[in-house]
Amino acid sequence: MHFISNSIVIRQATVSVNGAPYFKGQPSEFKDFAKELYQHLGITYPKFYKMDNLCKLAFLASEIVLKDQDGEDIALIFSSKEGSLDTDIQHQGHIQDENSFYPSPATFVYTLPNICIGEVSIRHQLKTESMFLLAEAYQTAYIQAYSDFLIESGKAKKVLCGWLRMLKDDYVAQFYLVEKQGNIAHQINNIEQILNK
Amino acid sequence: MKKVYLQDSNILSPLGFTTAANFDAVFAGETSIKEHSIHSKLGNSYVSIFDQDRLANLFNQLGISNDSSRIEKLAIAALKPLIDKKAPGRKSLLVVTTTKGNIKALADSDELNTYIPSLAKHISNYFGFVTEPLTLSNACVSGLMALSLAKRYIQMGMFDDAYIVAFDEVSTFVQSGFQSFQAISTEACRPYDALRKGVSLGEAATACYISTEKNSDSIQIAADSSINDANHISGPSRTGEGLFLSIQKAMQEADISADEIDYIVGHGTATLYNDEMEAIAFNRAGLRNTPLASYKGNYGHTLAASGLLECILMATCLRKDTLLASKGFETLGTSEYINVLVNNMQAPIRTALKTASGFGGSNTALLLMKS
Amino acid sequence: MAELKDLLKQQIIEVLNLEDIQVTDIQDEDALFGDGLGLDSIDALELIVLLDKEYGIKLSDPKEGKEIFKSINTLADFVEKNRSK
Repeated sequence: MHFISNSIVIRQATVSVNGAPYFKGQPSEFKDFAKELYQHLGITYPKFYKMDNLCKLAFLASEIVLKDQDGEDIALIFSSKEGSLDTDIQHQGHIQDENSFYPSPATFVYTLPNICIGEVSIRHQLKTESMFLLAEAYQTAYIQAYSDFLIESGKAKKVLCGWLRMLKDDYVAQFYLVEKQGNIAHQINNIEQILNK
Repeated sequence: MKKVYLQDSNILSPLGFTTAANFDAVFAGETSIKEHSIHSKLGNSYVSIFDQDRLANLFNQLGISNDSSRIEKLAIAALKPLIDKKAPGRKSLLVVTTTKGNIKALADSDELNTYIPSLAKHISNYFGFVTEPLTLSNACVSGLMALSLAKRYIQMGMFDDAYIVAFDEVSTFVQSGFQSFQAISTEACRPYDALRKGVSLGEAATACYISTEKNSDSIQIAADSSINDANHISGPSRTGEGLFLSIQKAMQEADISADEIDYIVGHGTATLYNDEMEAIAFNRAGLRNTPLASYKGNYGHTLAASGLLECILMATCLRKDTLLASKGFETLGTSEYINVLVNNMQAPIRTALKTASGFGGSNTALLLMKS
Repeated sequence: MAELKDLLKQQIIEVLNLEDIQVTDIQDEDALFGDGLGLDSIDALELIVLLDKEYGIKLSDPKEGKEIFKSINTLADFVEKNRSK
């Protein structure tokens, strides 16, 4: 039996950690809220500003959940409905018009959803198992079983699971950390409760 | 832990419409990379693309209707022969993987038609799967990781068997991006070669079926690991750390040493930095003398399809005791020695390693073994 | 020339999302890569796009960028001599 040791939900400029209010930003575009939360966290990581919105969201959620972790073998399983569509639309914008055809490498690199796994792995030095799934809705049963498998088979000590949505300033991040110790049993009903908050 | 075996496969590529036809084409040293104009602003590009008439004929033959997008039809056409032979059961898993799916729809501002989960659902419904599909999007390791993922879900006992389909198209969207990365070759790509100039892109759809059933010629998916570099989002690690760790963990799981690996099919995109990184990782893993090939010189880089396509060809190599050569390679162009195959070779092979690496620092290593 | 240098600094800050940096923070002779501004390989590629889009200069060989992107001084010199818009 595994446990959920830590969880976070970010939506509508509001952050809650383990179900309790953590931070409330000014109502604004995601980019500005992300900057406000980044500054609130008091970290210095200039690369943050180069990230696309999906990466910023995954970065901030991971930053808070993994704050007191020492980076020991934490696998990442992130999933999303839109994937990188928010940035796909931007890259398409750079090549849509024949008279102004300037694909940008700094945009293009973010047209893969798993780049946010890369950003979080770099930040926390996670040389670990990871994958990015796409689905209409969070696949609780699949991901619960897979997280348990990673821990039981010794492929990871802990697993950070995350559901992300990012499209045109509509955003949600729901993350939770699964490990051998914690207060909440790693069961479908408990996961769904985190996702619905 | 349960043993999982490759049973059946299908490769749709510009080189052929079955796994056997593709093996024969690569054996004969063919390449489908040619000069094409895919967009006026991109100049001429060396890409591997399907002949439209032959593809249309195939869709007709298979009775795949015209109301689907081209990429949906490709995915369905790749899977159909496998499902015609063995229909999915109540505990069959479908794993779908693509990096950009139907991204072409974005040029017509048709955002809804770019949603990859809808594309996966469409494929799943077409074949009447009763379980929800798993859809993976993990850059250039996608196809190989999808095979690894399916194997793990069977080992977990959640499913009896799995169908995996991996596909991507050549598009202005991706070609322009790689061009802005200055990563595109001005000739057909030449993996590991001293004169390599970068990637050639390609398109393909690949499918396979795996289960725990053991037959006389079954190839076992013996071990698999996917470890991130945690180094850079686009540049390959200078120490090959993630790939090295992935290979090591796979060898540990299969309980074998480096000298038991008979053949490696690498990622070999033919960019300066990727191939160099692989050479470093293979050396660190004690594999500098192991015969190595990349099939990118035959197909170009088919993104999500590539890892699975190359792994399926590698399985055929095991069955036929044949090592396919690395097309486009003449002179070694990496700082450390690797044993890149210039010619096909006949030799008994029992264990082979397939690797892939991609943007986001992702790496996958997977070992196939004769049972 | 001073005007072009300031404009380049502004454009660099904008396209490379250097949010914490002001035009006055960048000295004309500062190294843009490595210890200076700490730019990386994607930034270098993005500067190549900037030269094309804003100044009509096409760099076909990314290796040329090494000398050109050393500092604002070298970059401004190069733009002045080669611009077509």
